[in-house]
Amino acid sequence: MKAARASLLAGAAAFMALPAFAQGGGLTVPKTIEAGAAFSIQSSGSGKGSLYIVGIGQALKRDIQLGETTWFPVGSLYNAGHYMVVVTGDGGAAESGSLDVVPESKPADLSFLARPSRLPVGLHDGITGAVYVFDAYKNLIPASMPVEFALAGPSGETQSRTVNTRYGVAWTALDSTPKQGTDKFVARSGGVSSERVIGQVPGDPCGLKMSAAPAGKDVRLQTDPVRDCSGNAVPDGTIVTFTEAYNGAQSTVDVPLKRGIAQVEMPAHPGATITVASGVILGNQIRWGR
Amino acid sequence: MRKGALLAGVLGAATVALVAIGTIWPIPEAKAYAGGQSTFMPRSSTPEAAARNLGDEIVLQAWQKAYDSLANKGEFTQQDFIDDITGYYPNLRSYSSVDHIEVFPLHATANDADVQLKLYWATVVGAPVSTRDLHVVRNGDRWQVEWPFVKKTIVPPQVIPVNYLRWDVIYRGAGDDWGAQDVEAPHVRIVDMHPIQRADGVVVLGELLNEDVVPAYVSVTATLQGENQVALATEGSFDKICHLLLPKQVTPFLISFPDASLSDVKSIKMTPFSTLVPASADPVIEIDNAKLNPAPDASLTGQLINQSGQVVNVAHVLGTFYDNTGHVVWVADQYVDHALLPQTPESFDIHIPEDLARKVSSQRTVVASYVAGGAL
Repeated sequence: MKAARASLLAGAAAFMALPAFAQGGGLTVPKTIEAGAAFSIQSSGSGKGSLYIVGIGQALKRDIQLGETTWFPVGSLYNAGHYMVVVTGDGGAAESGSLDVVPESKPADLSFLARPSRLPVGLHDGITGAVYVFDAYKNLIPASMPVEFALAGPSGETQSRTVNTRYGVAWTALDSTPKQGTDKFVARSGGVSSERVIGQVPGDPCGLKMSAAPAGKDVRLQTDPVRDCSGNAVPDGTIVTFTEAYNGAQSTVDVPLKRGIAQVEMPAHPGATITVASGVILGNQIRWGR
Repeated sequence: MRKGALLAGVLGAATVALVAIGTIWPIPEAKAYAGGQSTFMPRSSTPEAAARNLGDEIVLQAWQKAYDSLANKGEFTQQDFIDDITGYYPNLRSYSSVDHIEVFPLHATANDADVQLKLYWATVVGAPVSTRDLHVVRNGDRWQVEWPFVKKTIVPPQVIPVNYLRWDVIYRGAGDDWGAQDVEAPHVRIVDMHPIQRADGVVVLGELLNEDVVPAYVSVTATLQGENQVALATEGSFDKICHLLLPKQVTPFLISFPDASLSDVKSIKMTPFSTLVPASADPVIEIDNAKLNPAPDASLTGQLINQSGQVVNVAHVLGTFYDNTGHVVWVADQYVDHALLPQTPESFDIHIPEDLARKVSSQRTVVASYVAGGAL
């Protein structure tokens, strides 16, 4: 295997080292072929010779009988690009030509980049999707073709948009819906589809409100169920800060939400002012009675 | 040429001679610090000498000698004595040593005296000081320290139910398609930032908010830019920040640029960094009775109360100080060098620079906690 590769590379190198090639009148080479398609090359002359096909990322060598047709089966040349074809005979004479391998026209694979994977609800153009269309041999298909983007929200509503690719790429931006949950973001083209999942999470707390009740020597502080401005429950673990100011001193506790509410017991100081906040959102204020 | 060779020869010979003298007749301090017998300690002929000898033995971790020198050693064991100094539970002092000591006489009579002993610890995050007021008594012709032994705090047996949220993360695999999604980095935002000029350079202060619904490991980098946006210096917040931010949590940050001048700075490029990490919402630590104490010796004092059931080994307290318009004027911090036991108050005392103390009208305190063997 190594020897074959070395021989092939040596041939390719020898071919590259030639100063110039004339298009041989007797060499018949197809101008373009689809990636992976079968094709043939007709040479001229007589006797034994070698045929080289060299392009970026792929090189082939065949020992041929000059003047006959050389057949290449399906899958022989699969990397899209420009290839040089050279036929050398035993006498040292060389003929050359070129062919282009173009991607298959039918998509076989979509590389779908959906960003972000998590975002707040109700964000205009917050979700972007970009699709790269590839053929079966992972060649980017530059020909324009329609790509359908469909975003199905957690409550079933769907936003859909069709965009034509340019140079193999299509992209779009869609809004996140007001309801938290998991979106299915699907891109389809030519019977091929790719799916991504987008998490829509609640926004900042809205109307943060707490209540206070005596608990022995302490005061028990508890928020109402914390929701964002669209009514989604803010997830557990979100930090709620309770601050109690009294006699020039201050007590603070950062409490994570648990089952939708934050709850803590703090020392009861008569006349204390108690506030609640989450991030940069302020809630109500309570003055603890004397 | 010849003179130079002569000078080199003389210097070489002198060096060899001095090394030989130092090796054969080392000074007692050098011998002791090299692990030899510590014969250099003077007799405990005064209360200060007794306290200093005890302090030196603590520096050398000569626990046996230190314990044997105590007047009240019958009241506790040697291990109790060691634990009293280094901590009963793993904490900041467990991973550090005493660098040096200072002794200050407070009061003395013919037969007893009071002396203050200051132990200066060397840790990876600074040099905390612990102070003990020692009672020293005369015993014949020498003085002995009565160690002010602090008994181990016992947490009463109890069950503290803890069911706070925990976040685990599964990242994308190495073999995934390049277009495949990975977990999104947490969204964080700088909600306040401004530079100030201090005597030792420029300081950039501010606050960072985790506006996401997942925990974030965060840090902030600032680049000072001069004319034409030429970078003058880049520094990070290092430990002057609470690195783990739970959802909607805010941390202050402070970035120092030693020897920089604000007059050279035309703009500042801020680069917040965040990454998703597994984390737990536990432990919850209450900051109780936090007070701003005015100058002189301006400070923020208060107590930390660990409301969870596990021991917090190291607590890092960060104070954010605001002026009367709500802008951050200073950020200061302190590592508490005692482990936080459940429901057991532990004091903190954060120094505020004298010149800034007059501008401070309010504060906000946050605590970063580290539990041995735990996650972030």
